[in-house]
Amino acid sequence: MTTQKRDFLHSLWDFFCSLKLTMFLLISLAVISIIGTIIPQGAPPPEYLATISQAKQQLYQTLGFFDMYHSWWFVLLLYMLTVNLTACSIKRLPHIWKIISQPTLTMNSALEQSLSNKASIETAEQPEALKDKLAAFLRKEFANPVVSEVDGEWHFFAQKTPWCRLSVYVVHLSVIIIFIGAMIGSLFGYKGFVNVGEGESISRIQSRTGKEIDLGFALRCEKFSVALYKTGAPKEFKSILTVLENGKPVPDYTNVRVIVNDPLTYKGITFYQSSYGNAGDYFFTVSDPEGKNTIPVTLNGNESATLPDGSSIHIVDSIDDVSQFVPNLTGPAAQLEMHTPQGATQKLIVYANHPELNIEYAKKHKFSNILLYKGSQKRMFTGLQVAKDPGVWIVWLGCALMVIGIYGAFLMSHRRIWIRQQNGLVTMGGNANKNQGAFEMYFKDLETKLRNNLLREEQ
Amino acid sequence: MTSSLLFNVTTFAYLVSMLLFFAFMASRSKALGTAGISVAYFGLLAQTGAIALRWKESYDMGVGHAPLSNLYESVVFFSWTIVLIFALLDIKYKYRVIGAFVMPFALLGMAWAQLGMHTGIEPLVPALQSNWLLYHVITCFLGYAAFAVACGISIMYLIKAAHDEGGQKAGESSLMSMFPPIRILDDLNYRAIMVGFPLLTLGIITGAAWANYAWGTYWSWDPKETWSLIVWFVYAAFLHARFTRGWVGKRAAWLSVIGFAATIFCYLGVNLFLSGLHSYGSSPKM
Repeated sequence: MTTQKRDFLHSLWDFFCSLKLTMFLLISLAVISIIGTIIPQGAPPPEYLATISQAKQQLYQTLGFFDMYHSWWFVLLLYMLTVNLTACSIKRLPHIWKIISQPTLTMNSALEQSLSNKASIETAEQPEALKDKLAAFLRKEFANPVVSEVDGEWHFFAQKTPWCRLSVYVVHLSVIIIFIGAMIGSLFGYKGFVNVGEGESISRIQSRTGKEIDLGFALRCEKFSVALYKTGAPKEFKSILTVLENGKPVPDYTNVRVIVNDPLTYKGITFYQSSYGNAGDYFFTVSDPEGKNTIPVTLNGNESATLPDGSSIHIVDSIDDVSQFVPNLTGPAAQLEMHTPQGATQKLIVYANHPELNIEYAKKHKFSNILLYKGSQKRMFTGLQVAKDPGVWIVWLGCALMVIGIYGAFLMSHRRIWIRQQNGLVTMGGNANKNQGAFEMYFKDLETKLRNNLLREEQ
Repeated sequence: MTSSLLFNVTTFAYLVSMLLFFAFMASRSKALGTAGISVAYFGLLAQTGAIALRWKESYDMGVGHAPLSNLYESVVFFSWTIVLIFALLDIKYKYRVIGAFVMPFALLGMAWAQLGMHTGIEPLVPALQSNWLLYHVITCFLGYAAFAVACGISIMYLIKAAHDEGGQKAGESSLMSMFPPIRILDDLNYRAIMVGFPLLTLGIITGAAWANYAWGTYWSWDPKETWSLIVWFVYAAFLHARFTRGWVGKRAAWLSVIGFAATIFCYLGVNLFLSGLHSYGSSPKM
């Protein structure tokens, strides 16, 4: 490796180890994230697009503003943050590890100088007895000491929760674990949506990316209902669902109540109550222009039906009493959209009580089918959010580690106490890596106890 | 006794407490400081009673739920948490003058809630019918309150630091001598954020857990979620600033003020200006 190359790698390493980079990344992420809270994400609704100019729309599209949290520049910042916190951790960890695993067992004058909490006590006690007493004191009041002898002086060292120094690295690790969990979820999981009419069953769902996904089992909606409070506000949206394997209900998954905040999970796939609507059936009869060969046609609210002449129809709207719109007419009516085999599309209204109007309309437009509306049967469908996320437990593991790490990092401190015994002079020093104020009080308290301990025995 | 009456008593107590703290700052009379904190404690007590009473009243109405379900109830709770955190800070450190910079936030919340909002108890919409509501809202708002206190302390820091730089001026010096030294203010700011940051983290995590439980996604870049992450980023930057050369002192204090501004936007701005999954009360959502 040439010197130049090594210099470059060195400065690259320094760059990624720098806390200034951390500050830059955190603040950049905070500022940039605002964009996606102002500009709608995903497929922008037409109402929004109408408010911005064509040029602006083009610009936003190019910059990835409509899906900014997955854009290359946002993801790059997240990657840089990951590299940054990994590099910082790697750089600082050996030093921290040394503090934990190889503590300074003796307090020399240099260390003594650096400590802000110190106390000296003179005693006339015999060295051997004093040594045992000091060790016992630390054991009782603080923690088990390590006792060592250097040049005829006795040194005592005791510490509490040294490993809490690792907490901050646990937090860093937890961020990486959450990222890994999120990645696994996006690679091996999916989010989707499905509508199931009452009495119907489905075995395939539409994913959010537009793919058809086979569930490997079927799901039937037995019933959907909405309960309201007296005020008219919604109280409960409830679906009764049954899981079917090979067409047969699965025992523990039959007639399961699914409401908002209480989903159904089967084979790692979870169904969430999300929306609802009407999937009612609409009944018609179709006859030839002479009024003969009458056959019934049932049209589902969500689907289209094909008539004998090959044209397809689907329901646009229906009404139980047409008189509120046209005063001299009565009874139900349905508005249909019709696609003829010739490729024409038109909207028409079919009445229940006025067959003559239906015939008139058909003759005028040269239809070979005469429709008559026979009414509808109201039926609900339930809209279910479907999700499979094998990474979610890794995310929760990361979250748990983050909570533990933050607890250790903020609420615990590594406390160390040194005692040196030189003939009759006992010197105690101590420090904590956090919360100095609290430690100062603790140390003063400990000093008083030690003083009392030594003086009491002397008397 | 109704909760609504008690809430009005609370609002009045916070107003009196704030004015007493202002008078304390101007006069340096210890008695006024004691009076200020006593009235604040009284208000906190009245508000605690009022919240408990409102909880009970909702059960009497047959729509029983914790009073944390809409904007009014959350603003009231926010105000309560601010005074609670301030009270804990006072018990531990006894810097009364901080009250002059923290009580205005609590008063603002209560006054806005009592005067400008619909105060009726409403039944819980299906989306909020979960125990997660309690964990999520309590952790978030305790975190927000700690940030509010930190913001008040940071403003004191910036005033004091500007004054210290400008040298001593007669007249002002007496007022400034009421302020704790900037070293202490910096430390208190850090401590308040050390309380707020873990709570915000817990709030985000409980929110993610709830979202995953109710909607099947723990994170969907909804404006509320994104803003909570923005707040998290700002305070994460604050915590790292202490170890970064050039970022201690004034810049850290500014980060704390900006962090609280982002917090307020996350809490109110998102609901008022942006649309998303958290806009409860506007349209019937699941």
